[in-house]
Amino acid sequence: MALPLTYNWRNLLARKTTTLMTALGIALTVAVLLATAALVDGLKTSLTSTAHPLNVLVMRKGSTAELNSNRSPEDYQIIKVKRGIAKGPNGEPLASLELVTVVILEGDLGAINITARGITPQGWLLREGVKIVEGRQFQPGRREIVVGKSIASRYPAARLGGTIDFGRGPWQVVGVMDAGRSAANSELFCDLNQLAADQNRATALSSVLVRAIDEVAMQALTNDLTADTRLNADAPSESSYYASQTQSAAPLQFIGTFVALIMAIGSCFAAMNTMYAAVARRAAEIGTLRVLGFSKGGILLSFLLESLLLSFVGGILGCLLVLPLNNLQTGIGNFVTFSEITFDFRVTPELMLTGLAFALFMGAVGGLFPAATAARKEILTALKQT
Amino acid sequence: MSNVVIETRQLTKEFVRGESKVVALKDANITIEKGEFVALMGPSGSGKSTLLHLIAAMDRATGGEIRVLGEDLRKLSDGDIARWRNAHVGFVFQSFNLIPVLSAWENVELPLKLTKLGKAARLDHAKKALELVGLGDRLDHTPRQLSGGQEQRVAIARAIVTDPDLILADEPTGNLDANSARDALDLLGRLNREFGKTIVMVTHDPHAAKSASKVRYLEKGELLPIGQKPEDW
Repeated sequence: MALPLTYNWRNLLARKTTTLMTALGIALTVAVLLATAALVDGLKTSLTSTAHPLNVLVMRKGSTAELNSNRSPEDYQIIKVKRGIAKGPNGEPLASLELVTVVILEGDLGAINITARGITPQGWLLREGVKIVEGRQFQPGRREIVVGKSIASRYPAARLGGTIDFGRGPWQVVGVMDAGRSAANSELFCDLNQLAADQNRATALSSVLVRAIDEVAMQALTNDLTADTRLNADAPSESSYYASQTQSAAPLQFIGTFVALIMAIGSCFAAMNTMYAAVARRAAEIGTLRVLGFSKGGILLSFLLESLLLSFVGGILGCLLVLPLNNLQTGIGNFVTFSEITFDFRVTPELMLTGLAFALFMGAVGGLFPAATAARKEILTALKQT
Repeated sequence: MSNVVIETRQLTKEFVRGESKVVALKDANITIEKGEFVALMGPSGSGKSTLLHLIAAMDRATGGEIRVLGEDLRKLSDGDIARWRNAHVGFVFQSFNLIPVLSAWENVELPLKLTKLGKAARLDHAKKALELVGLGDRLDHTPRQLSGGQEQRVAIARAIVTDPDLILADEPTGNLDANSARDALDLLGRLNREFGKTIVMVTHDPHAAKSASKVRYLEKGELLPIGQKPEDW
């Protein structure tokens, strides 16, 4: 049987300041890693939860985003009668010709780019997850907009009853929509024809969003759309389209992980230093334990466990430090759409477990060498080091 | 069955210090039988502690033979020695060497952690050992809350809790006042007389040596013949 954990725990408590400082170092490292991961996870969740699994986005061939795609009303007429497209409650095909553009919104936080999306009534049907939580939908033929709740909460001018100036004049905010965690929370929805006229793009629209009947039909529909030479189209699933935009998080993820790794190296050395000090201070204890019959392996395990215990405390502190970030709203520029996307930090249980595992890894690396030093001590040499 | 507990032949321990060799113990021959209480005496550097450490297998001899409780210590691996020592040898240190963060009973329980005893049995054994040394009412006290004499009694309880065949004591009264030293020696004497424990004790103190049934002297690394003392003693 190994030495009792209470022995290690009380030894950590016996040198409170050292323990606390080392645990705090580990905690900060874990917090940086988790904050980065929570941000990236929030962004990815926002983008991936936007898509419906049966939606297909028809864009011009070679376009990487709706913003640089081009679809005409004639294309729409060809697309909406394709086989495999589901019908809405009104009996019409679930296909929405849409125009996507970027508008500049002025606010207390400065000017930001926002995605404005002109849609047809079918566009609402293709987005079941989008609910109007304040006001109403825009009316076709009027300069009215519905704003995502993230935009409404961050920009006073974009709140219900407010007006936003872009294109040829003001647009009245008549509704606020809640799209769950999806990217639509960061967009403005308005009438397609109004927006197209406003932007002089009556024949140069962006994309067509269609809903397939089922997965089998979706594959056939995709093949049909891409093979149709009249359309010259790419037809990715909506899921894969948004998944490709998660690359916006890549620089943040890299910087955050890099900083966390640098800090982790420091924390490993801090843990190592603490444990070497513990081994030196308790040399006679180590000798005594050996005399009592504890093996070298038992001593190694005990000091390693102590280091793991120390890092576990650091890991818990790190999780607690980062917990207040959960659901905190933030926004970053989407490099694909050139507009801001707002989303929530997501500190999930899985993420915290990862943080704890990372802390334990630091503890293991930092504790291994001091524990080996403790185990290798000759009994008499250790006993003389009082 | 042989009554011999410790038997050494030409036992030698040399240390290398830089380029020179230091002979700490030279050709020591000693036989200690079951139930004996032997005091090893001699001036500093005479080799008495070295002999005790070799008997406890805390160090390896560089020459000669040593058998303790029937085991040829030279043939045991480190792991075997650890298990053997836990099962058969109790050790009492001059500085008590209690674990400061553990209570009296937790300190005494420590060697039992290496046995197959369950928690309740371990607690029972530790409690009985502490009662035997007169500290049944100090179970939850930490070493810092005990006097030096009490600490040494906890250390003796720890040494006997596994019911070892052999108790080795290295200057057990060296850090104690006269009264506490007498208590500790009385306790070792009782363990020898009432429980038949074989005890080997290293000491500088002639009063302490009087507790032993036999005294052997060492000088300059040599074990002197029975009855012979170092010149200055």
